[in-house]
Amino acid sequence: MKSVTVWVDGNTSVEVIEPKDSRAVHLTVDGKLIRTTPGKSLLEAVWNRPGIGNIPALCYHPIVQSYGACRLCTVEVEEQGRTRFVASCLYPAKEGLVVRTDTDRVRQLRKGVLELLLARCPEVKVIQDLAIEYGIEKPRFALGVQDCILCGLCVRTCRENIGRSAISLVNRGIFREVAAPFYAYELGDGCVGCGDCVYVCPTGALKLGPDGKPVLPKVHIPRPAAEGLLR
Amino acid sequence: MAAEMDSEKVQGILERHSERVNAIIDGYEGRKDLMISLLQDVQAEFNYVPRDAMVQISQRLDVPLSQVFSIATFFKAFNLTPRGRHLITVCDGTACHVRGGLRLIDKLDRDLGLTPGGTTEDGRFTLETVRCLGACALGPLMVIDGKYHGQMSSNKLDRTLRSYT
Amino acid sequence: MSIEQVDRLVDVAALERLRQSIIEKRNPFQLRLRICNGTGCLASGADEVTAAFEAELTRRGLSAEINLVKSGCHGFCEKGPLVVVEPQETFYQRVKPEHVPAIVAATLDGKIVEELLYVDPATGERILHEQEVPFYRGQTRLVFGSNGTIDPTQIEDYIAIGGYSALAKALTQMSTAEIIDEVKRSGLRGRGGGGFPTGVKWESCRRADGDIKYVVCNADEGDPGAYMDRSLLEGTPHAVLEGMIIGAHAIGAHEGYIYVRNEYPLAVSNARRAIEQAMAYGLLGKDILGSGFDFKVSINRGGGAFVCGESSALMASLEGQVGEPRAKYVHTVEKGLWDRPTCLNNVETWANVPLIINRGADWYNQIGTEKSKGTKIFSLVGKVNNTGLVEVPMGIPLRDIIFDIGGGILDGKKFKAVQTGGPSGGFIPESLLHLPVDFDRLTEAGSMMGSGAMIVMDEGTCMVNMAKFFIDFLEEESCGKCVPCREGIDRMGEVLERITTGKGRMEDLELLEALADTLRLGSLCALGSTAANPVLTSLRYFRDEYIAHVVDKKCPAGECQALIQYSIISEKCTGCMVCVRECPSHAVTGKRREPAVIDLAVCSKCGVCYDVCRFDAVKRA
Ligand SMILES: Cc1cc2nc3c(=O)[nH]c(=O)nc-3n(C[C@H](O)[C@H](O)[C@H](O)COP(=O)(O)O)c2cc1C
Ligand code: SF4
Ligand code: FES
Ligand code: FES
Repeated sequence: MKSVTVWVDGNTSVEVIEPKDSRAVHLTVDGKLIRTTPGKSLLEAVWNRPGIGNIPALCYHPIVQSYGACRLCTVEVEEQGRTRFVASCLYPAKEGLVVRTDTDRVRQLRKGVLELLLARCPEVKVIQDLAIEYGIEKPRFALGVQDCILCGLCVRTCRENIGRSAISLVNRGIFREVAAPFYAYELGDGCVGCGDCVYVCPTGALKLGPDGKPVLPKVHIPRPAAEGLLR
Repeated sequence: MAAEMDSEKVQGILERHSERVNAIIDGYEGRKDLMISLLQDVQAEFNYVPRDAMVQISQRLDVPLSQVFSIATFFKAFNLTPRGRHLITVCDGTACHVRGGLRLIDKLDRDLGLTPGGTTEDGRFTLETVRCLGACALGPLMVIDGKYHGQMSSNKLDRTLRSYT
Repeated sequence: MSIEQVDRLVDVAALERLRQSIIEKRNPFQLRLRICNGTGCLASGADEVTAAFEAELTRRGLSAEINLVKSGCHGFCEKGPLVVVEPQETFYQRVKPEHVPAIVAATLDGKIVEELLYVDPATGERILHEQEVPFYRGQTRLVFGSNGTIDPTQIEDYIAIGGYSALAKALTQMSTAEIIDEVKRSGLRGRGGGGFPTGVKWESCRRADGDIKYVVCNADEGDPGAYMDRSLLEGTPHAVLEGMIIGAHAIGAHEGYIYVRNEYPLAVSNARRAIEQAMAYGLLGKDILGSGFDFKVSINRGGGAFVCGESSALMASLEGQVGEPRAKYVHTVEKGLWDRPTCLNNVETWANVPLIINRGADWYNQIGTEKSKGTKIFSLVGKVNNTGLVEVPMGIPLRDIIFDIGGGILDGKKFKAVQTGGPSGGFIPESLLHLPVDFDRLTEAGSMMGSGAMIVMDEGTCMVNMAKFFIDFLEEESCGKCVPCREGIDRMGEVLERITTGKGRMEDLELLEALADTLRLGSLCALGSTAANPVLTSLRYFRDEYIAHVVDKKCPAGECQALIQYSIISEKCTGCMVCVRECPSHAVTGKRREPAVIDLAVCSKCGVCYDVCRFDAVKRA
């Protein structure tokens, strides 16, 4: 048995006595030792602990599985003397890990990602706010007109929690979109109108339509071959 | 066009379609993991992946339609609309690019109004580009209906196309 | 022998007996015509040549006297269709159907068809045998060796040259630990790009928890410019299978997959046939060679996505899902296909295994450099005289490959750069041509070994345009899941477009570097994290070209359409009118026997006039 002082949130620390067979995992986040259960990701380990770590996250939501798309949650971890960047929403918490969530290098990387997001979605409030926090005035690229950042939260909740899979991510690369089969804008029987997708959408790109079903963002058709499908 | 055809005929075609799709699905013994191969066989059969085939696959394999659609739109191999009688594939891989693959594409556009992904108005050709066909030593390379034509030049292109009507 | 009739080989002795009986039946003095039926030669008409030989032999009633063998790729595809006459090993190139009667006649008379021999451009001499051709002389063909000599659709051909003896040895004379140890000591590193030590990977997979494990052969080969995996799988599918069976046995896997591009139909059908034949002989399936080890292999065709070459995306696609990579914080050797321990190796990696088992790690690790052992097959393409597949020992300088084997630059132009590693690799300038083929040295130079594409560029290639070409490629091929890659590559393309159209600013160069950092550190998979390499290396070694585009608004190589102009050199123009007729925009005007004139206001810069002019009278600058 061994006694350790761990932080519950940014201001409160407690002393715990670890039983011999304890499976608890201890990690140091920005200098503070925290205690969590195995199987959690780094982001989950600091989730709901105000004052510990500074990790923005747009594609993470506790009700669905982590996906690792927005990369804003990237942090630095030190393991066996090696430092590297990892997405904290996916990286498993491991005993003795040293995590830094707010170093200059991490901030620089997030700034780069945010500049790309802001250029894609200049009108989205959460992105604008984060951009200001990370010191971006104006993206150095041509501005886009989208609101959707393709975090896939809507798709994931529809599949994992509602069990419908009425919508999915279609196409690849820069043409990727959230869409219903055959690029239909109006959702058919697949959708039960639960509104979960609208609820989890971090940017407000999905809105509820009059029939209680979401209104999907307009799709960019990637190749001529797909055009016929819309007719 | 379809609307002008009499509806019985259309119905007949659709049924025969769905039999062919069913036969392909039967060959896969319900294995969802072989979805990509299955779609490939459907495409080989019809020259494209018809919408109804996707619905049928989704129902018979019990995979959400949205997932079938995701796969069909993710992979470049799949076409969602019918193609021309002959498929021209021009390689725009690095080696062919360095040796002038793009010129062939330009020429097809100039002569036939054919752009990548498009089909000529008379339904004679569909053009696709591919990033490397793996016969780089013969660049620029072009494949028509599965037959390789290496070291293509503008003149050779004219000659070659003539034999495909 | 048709597949249905063969007896299962119940043990190693039965395999040896079969081998002896095949060899005995073969007459070493038998006349054989080996026609290359690889994809390259087929593209040049090998099928017609083969048919012509068949018809000619039938016509002359010689089908019994002369055997026809349809072999795999010899590597010198550019000179195809290739035909080799055995036992003399006479090497004919660029064979057309009309040459067939002459070849048959000469072969019967013990003569040679002179005009079909390869002529060494340096000496002007005709060369009789394949190995004496400069292209082959500098090569060390270990893995690729039997590719052009056997019929890939006949397992008996492979068995006759010692095939499956490594498997027999591994199953009966070695413990699984010894197999892994042998592979580890050989120093074999993955040929798929990353260069991860193969033995170490096998060992981790063997140790990983789980009763069910898989081995996978990565034949997705999406690198534009690379085609050695295709040729291997087409030409020596049994070597790949043998490697997989040995690996599966060592790891404890009973199921394997070959994930192959659907654009490779011949590789698919040859591999499929190889599996059927190996099953029939009991070299695959239950109780292989009486050892009690069971293993089966199936083939899965890819759907045309470069990203599916990435291990986790490949596995997703094997499961029947969209080919999206996932984070590999838990390695695929522990949780791969269906979350089970999975060992994925490249085609060429697998094909190295029988060699190592047969000849031993100590023989193998003599070849190459300290940390890169064995040989590597490259596809040497681009602006080089001899293009094709070359297998060289690790450690050979790049210069030797390009200038000795490759015979230097096309049309006597000047070398500018060689690109290795495909879209994840980079450009290597002339000043670094002394670099040896070595995983770590190429990485230090900002490029990488990659899967083996080696694309040579000459002075007429614009490096900014080339960097843009790779970025365009990746923009289409990014899966689109993560922000840095999907958005970052797109924005790199935007910046490069600006530069190549003369709208660039000096800040853009820094912007490219900043984007590169975001990509490298922020991307989910290696497609994104290496995507900037072509841009970074071109910036590093050819910065002056970027500056020329940005500051002088000029493209020194004359490739960037927006920055060039076409004009007629009136002294050279003969007034033949070809350009006047061919110009699609009707921008060229002129009369017979008078110099033509290009109206720049109408010119669309398509370059047709430049291409069609036979008198070098069109200037591009
Ligand atoms: C975008 C991307 C594409 C890849 N494409 C291929 C490929 O076509 N063939 C291949 O063998 N490896 C490819 N790889 C490397 C594989 O992920 C993997 O490392 C390799 O197949 C492992 O086999 P090896 O250890 O034998 O090299 C690719 C990697 C990335 C990131
Ligand atoms: S790096 Fe590119 S290819 Fe890899 S997961 Fe991200 S978007 Fe997909
Ligand atoms: S929250 Fe981790 S990548 Fe988006
Ligand atoms: S295909 Fe014949 S030499 Fe390559």
